[in-house]
Amino acid sequence: MLSILYLIIPLSLIIVVVAVGIFFWAVRTGQFDDLEGPAHRVLDDADADRPDGNGADRNGHR
Amino acid sequence: MSARAVAERLTVYDHPEIQRDFVVPRDGDGHPEAALLIEGIHCGGCVRRCEQALAGVAGVIDFQINLATRRARLVWDPAVVRLSTLLERLSEAGYPAWPYDPRRQELGYRRERNRALQRLAVAGFGMMQVMMFAVALYTGTDMDEDMRRFLRWMSLIMATPVVLYSARPFFANAWSGLRNRQPGMDLPVSIAIGGAYLASVRATLAGSGEVYFDSVAMFTFLLLLGRFLEMGARHRAAAAGEDLTRMLPALALRFDVGGDVQQVPVAELRRGDRVLVRPGESIPADGVIESGISAIDESLITGESLPCTRRSGERVIGGTLNSESPLTVVIDRVGPDTMLAAMNRLLSRAQLEKPRLARLADRVAGWFVAALLLVATGVYLWWVQHASADAFWITLSVLVVTCPCALSLATPTALTAATGALTRAGLLVTRGHALETLARVDHVIFDKTGTLTRGRLQLSEIHSCGELSSKRCLAIAAALEQQSEHPIARALVAGTDERLTADDLRATPGFGLEGMVEGRCYRVGSPAYVAEPSGKAIPEFENPGGTSVAALGDESGVLALFHLTDTLREEARTAVAELRQLGCTVEILSGDSPAAVARMADELDIEQWHGGLTPNGKLARLAELQARGRVVLMVGDGVNDSPVLARAQVSVAMGGGTELARSHADLVLLGERLDRLPSALRLGRRTLTVIRQNLGWALGYNIVALPLAAGGLIAPWMAAIGMSASSLIVVLNALRLSRVMPSRRRAAGSTTADRKTLTETAA
Repeated sequence: MLSILYLIIPLSLIIVVVAVGIFFWAVRTGQFDDLEGPAHRVLDDADADRPDGNGADRNGHR
Repeated sequence: MSARAVAERLTVYDHPEIQRDFVVPRDGDGHPEAALLIEGIHCGGCVRRCEQALAGVAGVIDFQINLATRRARLVWDPAVVRLSTLLERLSEAGYPAWPYDPRRQELGYRRERNRALQRLAVAGFGMMQVMMFAVALYTGTDMDEDMRRFLRWMSLIMATPVVLYSARPFFANAWSGLRNRQPGMDLPVSIAIGGAYLASVRATLAGSGEVYFDSVAMFTFLLLLGRFLEMGARHRAAAAGEDLTRMLPALALRFDVGGDVQQVPVAELRRGDRVLVRPGESIPADGVIESGISAIDESLITGESLPCTRRSGERVIGGTLNSESPLTVVIDRVGPDTMLAAMNRLLSRAQLEKPRLARLADRVAGWFVAALLLVATGVYLWWVQHASADAFWITLSVLVVTCPCALSLATPTALTAATGALTRAGLLVTRGHALETLARVDHVIFDKTGTLTRGRLQLSEIHSCGELSSKRCLAIAAALEQQSEHPIARALVAGTDERLTADDLRATPGFGLEGMVEGRCYRVGSPAYVAEPSGKAIPEFENPGGTSVAALGDESGVLALFHLTDTLREEARTAVAELRQLGCTVEILSGDSPAAVARMADELDIEQWHGGLTPNGKLARLAELQARGRVVLMVGDGVNDSPVLARAQVSVAMGGGTELARSHADLVLLGERLDRLPSALRLGRRTLTVIRQNLGWALGYNIVALPLAAGGLIAPWMAAIGMSASSLIVVLNALRLSRVMPSRRRAAGSTTADRKTLTETAA
């Protein structure tokens, strides 16, 4: 009955690796650089106009 | 400056050689990433508006502004849009962006912090997993052997990256410490981590014996956490000190070969460049005046509150304010050679001189570690003879549980946090010992002019010498002086609400102004200049206390005399009262007339004062006090204060004081707010208290823990918790010091908002 652990535990290790990978990605893309600015951004009304990488804003307007 | 001209100038940033200084390919996809400095960002709303300026522009991949540092990262696709186009857009939106040299310290800090975060992540996740398995291993008494082995192997897998990656800094430091024969805290830590890990690996392979992976992971994580907090304090302290360089303007008007003027970043100026400095603007770098005569406000550097007239051939200093007429200046010192840069070096000096306390802590820590290793070896040998199976983990516990962290970690953190707090409050520390000496101060000496007073003028009395009323004279004078930036002009204009208009204004720099008001020609300025057209003698006037005197006159003679006095700083009274509350005696030593000093002492409720002193006289008084065993804090700003500043145990120079005064002082009061002084004293005392608390805790903890561990009563995981918790406690205690000082109320960018820069007066 406990034999299921032989499957679950290695799975959890894989999940941990994924989690650490995500954390590394976050650090590298500067998620931890500015801890003040995003707090102010929340108060913005119209945040539809933000570059999304293709030169369009969130609503798809160019 | 026309939009076209701006656009043309920005095209220079498309050149690959220029871009090499501030553009790097982004990690990941290789798109170019530019490091920019954005002007005009004061708040979250500005960030949003600025980011909106580039929203929807084709080719912009990412544009992020960091509110805390006013730097921005722009990632774009050069095949779709040019960098200069984007910069132009930003400039049009009111947020001019300039290339920022990413080789500055800040990038290094960012990298250091990111690496620390990554190590923390690996250690943290690893620790949580391993501890989960460890709980199972400890409590599962009837577990079958297969499962036990399986769990041990899983623990090994999770702990290995923690040891090999996260704990690497400990091993590296321990190794370099060994090579330099200076054992540091990392040596026992490395032995413990390495030893525990290897022993656990052996136990896993052999299939029997205890495993300590959980202790290893937890130990690593908690220690890394303590170091991370200390690093944060260090970075914050350093960032606060960088503010001094922001006093230089960001832009300058440079003459090009055709004789036209172009706006360029100050960082681009070179020796031999000719720049135009308009009235109201700051001089961008050290240089010599080529043409023009004007009055320069040099209070930033020399402390002279009255502007000095400078003419062709004379030197001017970068960062000072041009108040009267346009000047053409030939730059001869840029960047590191400027006087402001020299001031910066003063600050760096402080960082090199480790405070006595820190040095002491280092040395004691060294002995401590050596003693600890001896004790550990002794413990091992003893136990091997008595119960060999337990010898290993008992020794491990001993190594882990004793912690010199209060010495190696908490004392530097306390000093760093306190210094950072001082810097954020506008008190730049230039000598390493400043903080500890501040704590012992019991006698404070103030200079008078420029220290207790603003060095800025206020109208105190109007003496009418002709038929016109004082009020009328003041109105006429104010009308003439409306445009001038001279402190006398400002005092006169501030003295009246009447706004008459003056025409045909002609300034004679250094002397005064002449102009027409309501049909009559008047002159305002120095009494000699004003009396000139009429040729009549200047009326007699008394001048108690050496106030400045300006006059108004026309062709019939001098019409009025204006007496202007220096204003006492508003916070001076509270500062003096607070200092007294802290148990200090306050005194004034001044070269001014005793009458003036007496008046000020009376106003500030100070009992001891001496006026009419020569520099030697001040020194003598200081020596007398020190002979009586007083620890003296001297606050001053002038050239004749420098010897006293150097002799006092600790000294503070006003931010606007002379360079000489500043280089001899231990602290520079940049904001010139005297009420920071009592806070600084309190901070110094609190720092010493915190350090003593930490040492006391560390001593008590070690005295209790060491015998327990040697006696085999503490398991490695308990030791790990104990040591890490102790380490964290002392670091957190030290970090409390960051909050003690009131900080200068400033949003990002307010230093440039406080003084007019070129950006506001740009064409």
